[in-house]
Amino acid sequence: MRTLTKEQIEQHISDHLGSPLSITEDEYGIFNTTVPLKQLYQLILFLFKDEVLGFQFLTDICAVHYPDNKGNEFAVVYHLQSMQNKTRLRIKIFVPLEKPEVPTLTGIYASANWMERETYDFFGIQFLGHPNLKRILNMDEMSAFPMRKEYPLEDPTREDKADFQFGR
Amino acid sequence: MKTNLDYLSEIHEPERPEIPYTTLNLGPTHPATHGIFQNVLKMDGERIVSGEQTIGYIHRAFEKIAERRPFYQITPLTDRMNYCSAPINNTGWMLTAEKLLKIKVPKRVDYMRVLVMELARITDHIICNSILGVDTGALTGFTYVYQWREFVYEIYEEICGARLTTNMGRIGGFERDFNPIVFEKTKKFLKEFPVIWKQFENLLSRNRIFMDRTIDTGAISVERALNYGFTGPNLRACGIDYDLRTAEPYCSYEDFEFDVPVGTTGDTYDRFVVRNEEIWQSLRIIEQALDKIEKMGPGEFHADNDHYYLPPKQEVYKNMEALIYHFKIIMGEIDAPVGEVYNAVEGANGELGFYLISDGGRTPYRLHFRRPCFIYYQAYPEIVKGQLLSDAIVVMSSLNVIAGELDA
Repeated sequence: MRTLTKEQIEQHISDHLGSPLSITEDEYGIFNTTVPLKQLYQLILFLFKDEVLGFQFLTDICAVHYPDNKGNEFAVVYHLQSMQNKTRLRIKIFVPLEKPEVPTLTGIYASANWMERETYDFFGIQFLGHPNLKRILNMDEMSAFPMRKEYPLEDPTREDKADFQFGR
Repeated sequence: MKTNLDYLSEIHEPERPEIPYTTLNLGPTHPATHGIFQNVLKMDGERIVSGEQTIGYIHRAFEKIAERRPFYQITPLTDRMNYCSAPINNTGWMLTAEKLLKIKVPKRVDYMRVLVMELARITDHIICNSILGVDTGALTGFTYVYQWREFVYEIYEEICGARLTTNMGRIGGFERDFNPIVFEKTKKFLKEFPVIWKQFENLLSRNRIFMDRTIDTGAISVERALNYGFTGPNLRACGIDYDLRTAEPYCSYEDFEFDVPVGTTGDTYDRFVVRNEEIWQSLRIIEQALDKIEKMGPGEFHADNDHYYLPPKQEVYKNMEALIYHFKIIMGEIDAPVGEVYNAVEGANGELGFYLISDGGRTPYRLHFRRPCFIYYQAYPEIVKGQLLSDAIVVMSSLNVIAGELDA
């Protein structure tokens, strides 16, 4: 199973990168960390290039919309994996609704290309430096970013499925 | 290890404006692409210079729909992703929900799930490999092995009542125990399918025409495959023995003995051979699982979790408490705990991940599917670059890109 502890990763990063990183392990056994936007690219580039850590596999990129979290409306979640150490790491960054801009990872991982396009398509996150940032699953003419919480799934004027009908 | 940028900066191709390139629209509905895929190819004669894919023709917004649905109503959505091996998707989703709800599942249920998932893996590989034969001009093998896919669907029918989009299982186990026909049919499958599959292998794997068509076409190096996020048989064909069933065992896979086949060059032929070998390994696993289930005898087929497992129907009519739980589960009235879970299973074409964020309501706050073929299909233009159009068709077929999963 997993051959890296969170202390080892923290120590290694603070030794080589100079900036401390605090990692927490959640109850489901995955390492979590939240970093400021400025550090993201440097950190992931280091995690990729470092031979000891070897996070050379990008599992997933997705975004989450928290409309009530003023100033940090969007979370962009990166799942990295180190196959040699059998370790997964979840990195989160928060960006505001007014300026949802994130550096692209396409320079590091080729797989980030479509994942970032998908995230842009559904949430409108701008990945700066992306070679081809356009919609991927929805049609090009669409003006909305449909996974944002302000777009309800069903007609909001409809009442037959409203919560009060079920005593909720 | 090189980053993507390092790799791209090393390629220097001279611009050759004197050559008149042709633009060719392959798809969206083309009989050779097995699904709705559009590729706009720039051709120099019959050779591909570059290509760009357009996807999303059957996008159904599953992630958005899932945000309004209780957990049980999300299972049918997962069916419709990789519909060639729907039980793996169902089980992956069940495992994710169980991880969030912290439900411990009995060993027997694990073995039952392993049996179903390996049957699904075999059907998926049957489809992929026999269609690869069809694309290289050998229709006969396909007609022989396809009836065994049909036979596996009959086994699903006995387990859950459905065939293609199975909606199989419950949170905590199965809706009912395996009946004697399941055991009987699985035994028949174990006995008779290997004979047919051996014939199919004999027909293709040392066939001169097939080897000429597939060896050295569509090859990808290990470095690029990792960089492109390849998983599953496509990554193993490049030579990395990464398999979630052994790397991060779930569903008691650690109790089973099986090998993880790897290839060397990552070309179309290697992908074919790796899938063939995986079928043999899956048969081994099914044999062991069947043995284990039979040894344990009939009985346990679900975990003891009243809040998520439907009570028996007879009870619902007689017992007040059972009726209440029945109603609450059907209407999805039970609040899930707050948490964030990433759970992945080894799907038939790669790592199928579910990233579930629950805010404590009855539905997920956010559910993201990590679809393996969405991620590795973006490597397609790079793989087919410089190859012939007819090879591009074969490569696409060997990558096992499933439109339903690609577009989710």
